[in-house]
Amino acid sequence: MSKLTISVRKFDAVIVGAGGAGLRAAIQLSEAGLKTAVLSKVFPTRSHTVAAQGGVSASLGNSEEDHWHWHMYDTVKGSDWLGDQDAIEFMCRKAPEAVVELEHFGMPFDRTDEGKIYQRPFGGHMSNFGEKPVRRACAAADRTGHAMLHALYQRNVRANTQFFVEWMALDLIRDADGQVLGVIALEMETGEIVAFHAKATIFATGGAGRIYYSSTNAFINTGDGLGMAARAGIALEDMEFWQFHPTGVAGAGVLITEGVRGEGGILRNSDNERFMERYAPNAKDLASRDVVSRAMVTEINEGRGCGPAKDFVLLDITHLDPATIMKRLPGIREISIQFAGIDPIKAPIPVVPTCHYQMGGIPTNFHGQVVNPDGSTVTGFYAAGECACASVHGANRLGTNSLLDLLVFGKSSGDSVVEAVKAGPNALKELPADFADYTLARLNRLNTQKGGASVNETRLELQRTMQKHCGVFRFKDMLVEGVSKICDIEKAVHLTEIGDKSATWNTARVEALELDNLIEVAKSTMVSAEARKESRGAHVRDDAPDTAANPNGRDDELWLKHTLWHREGNKLSYKPVQLKPLSVETIALKTRAY
Amino acid sequence: MSSPTMQFKIYRYDPDKDNAPYMQDISIEIDPTIDRKLLDVLTKLKAKDDSLSYRRSCREGICGSDAMNINGKNGLACLTEISELKQPVVLRPLPGLPVIRDLIVDMTQFFKQYHSVKPYLINDSPPPDRERLQTPEDREELNGLYECILCACCSTSCPSFWWNPDKFVGPAGLLNAYRFIADTRDEATNARLDDLEDPYRLFRCHTIMNCVEVCPKNLNPTQAIGKIKEMMVRRAI
Repeated sequence: MSKLTISVRKFDAVIVGAGGAGLRAAIQLSEAGLKTAVLSKVFPTRSHTVAAQGGVSASLGNSEEDHWHWHMYDTVKGSDWLGDQDAIEFMCRKAPEAVVELEHFGMPFDRTDEGKIYQRPFGGHMSNFGEKPVRRACAAADRTGHAMLHALYQRNVRANTQFFVEWMALDLIRDADGQVLGVIALEMETGEIVAFHAKATIFATGGAGRIYYSSTNAFINTGDGLGMAARAGIALEDMEFWQFHPTGVAGAGVLITEGVRGEGGILRNSDNERFMERYAPNAKDLASRDVVSRAMVTEINEGRGCGPAKDFVLLDITHLDPATIMKRLPGIREISIQFAGIDPIKAPIPVVPTCHYQMGGIPTNFHGQVVNPDGSTVTGFYAAGECACASVHGANRLGTNSLLDLLVFGKSSGDSVVEAVKAGPNALKELPADFADYTLARLNRLNTQKGGASVNETRLELQRTMQKHCGVFRFKDMLVEGVSKICDIEKAVHLTEIGDKSATWNTARVEALELDNLIEVAKSTMVSAEARKESRGAHVRDDAPDTAANPNGRDDELWLKHTLWHREGNKLSYKPVQLKPLSVETIALKTRAY
Repeated sequence: MSSPTMQFKIYRYDPDKDNAPYMQDISIEIDPTIDRKLLDVLTKLKAKDDSLSYRRSCREGICGSDAMNINGKNGLACLTEISELKQPVVLRPLPGLPVIRDLIVDMTQFFKQYHSVKPYLINDSPPPDRERLQTPEDREELNGLYECILCACCSTSCPSFWWNPDKFVGPAGLLNAYRFIADTRDEATNARLDDLEDPYRLFRCHTIMNCVEVCPKNLNPTQAIGKIKEMMVRRAI
């Protein structure tokens, strides 16, 4: 790497990340005429939104009666009441408009016979406040994320958005008042370090599923936004809540959409039993993801797994019409053949619960503004999509609500920025004199480190620790031990060494910098999980079992609150859940059953 | 069963230290139960030598990052089964584009051509409150088109694109052009055809069909190009 000098470029706004949320926000900014820079580690259409399969939820009611209020009820229930009901109402009310807009942008949705957007059932989405499954997931075959990401990118091409492709943001710039003034970023092709000085910064950096050994997530999903926010003193919210998707391909981890079950797929154990009937008599295979994943692990733990090691269950669609599979689930068939060596028309697919989605993240309100622990907003800082916690997913996200989240909050954060920039001063607030010191010191350390730890081995150690100590079922002793293990790994992370010192497209350097972010996410997860002494949604622990006083192990008296993890001092604080929606009545606390 | 050791010949070039590119011979032990795809083995190689550079992301053939030339044929590393590869496995960057480093090429020209076809829906009629309607049959016309992942396997296997990357749109760009021409919601069909009616932009395609052979998503750019040509003929009479 050549000398560490830094140039400064000025913009109205900078967006970090060009997945669904970043691209949706960018449309608002570009069309409003703001001078905007969109930074992405990968070419925009390679962002991980591209891998979403089953659909995006909206109560369009194209195939049967539906209502946003039912959608809201399902989302609150899905969140195990940890979601903020103002943000959830906002999202569910905006859903039809958000999806229709996307159709107008050119998204190639599948169609009903009347020519409307095709909708399929999905887990946890019910009609009439939890009665029976409803068709709410708007789909483009089983490639909804791909079709959506390309449509959003294409709309940005039309809007002339300025992209900085294959740039990795390294750190937030924050001044003594706490105001965010942009980011420092690395151009991967040249190794150049540039400050993007801006009036507003939107993080749309996606999730960090790569903290787990077995994950549906792409290599790039390393929680860069969370790492940057944590290092800049922003507390991270509800990090103990991670979604394990029921159907990752056994061994490979590649995602098989819940849409397979929406189209009639059935989970079976080694006795060929449709075991979900025992765990969720009403919704069966279309119960919420946390419920299905736990049922699967229970079946495996009790010896009813399939295969020589009895370590997976089967997803069966052999009873479906092959024409339906070819039309509605063609991508799944390709994936099964490629990664399981199985044609699902002829034989069932081996599946296991696999880390998929981070419910927690950078705390925001439903305007996409980042909020401090006291409820005030962080001037100049916004976040949307998986990296943000609005919180609409609470303790467990419903399938298809992630694509909806990134559309609705991508847009609302974009609108907030347009408003703030137009109302605010013309001149940029001055950068503090030492704005680049911290980042340059990090880079310098990495360039000169001798006798340090291997990035690859340290990352593997981190991933295996998370997998073993903080999985689908959690155990008190394992969590306590997990915290101390992660703290040890953190020490190694701060001393990583790379062999490659080239300035040009140095992927070793990028992976080391990504590991700096992964460790913040892993640590916040383990520490938050160890501290939450109840079971709720995706966080289920052995010492908080199902009792008459606390059904499902949920303890509303002590734990109906959001966790906030503070990097400084590795401390936790808590804040109340917003139980009051915007216009309707509170969806009252209830025991969750499907 | 493939042998536990695999032989590779990999194109290496780091402009910071190499005067010229060279082919590096590497052998590596394989665990056939875990290492199934070429990308699995590349990950393993990179763990031993962190300077080996290539793009990758989703590892499931949907993001289009890890396109490269594998034993003389373009493909995605994450979808390439190692047991089917002849050894030594020769890995080169995609042909016809400038190499930045190792297996990483500069894709500027490829994306420039993609952008040149106005790859977005053009419909200036005031949008209805609800979705624009489209029959399932009309929607079906987009199948085999919208699934393109912009990996560039096709365009960089096309001799016409190698000779004229600045003037010939190339199979990926043309497939995407037809994706909008074929969309009943798009109102710019005539303008799109006008734009392509050019000795280079469209007509440099000589139906060599390398694009069809290499597409990792089994798409057929040649057929899309044929349909564009057909529409031009039909509109002329």
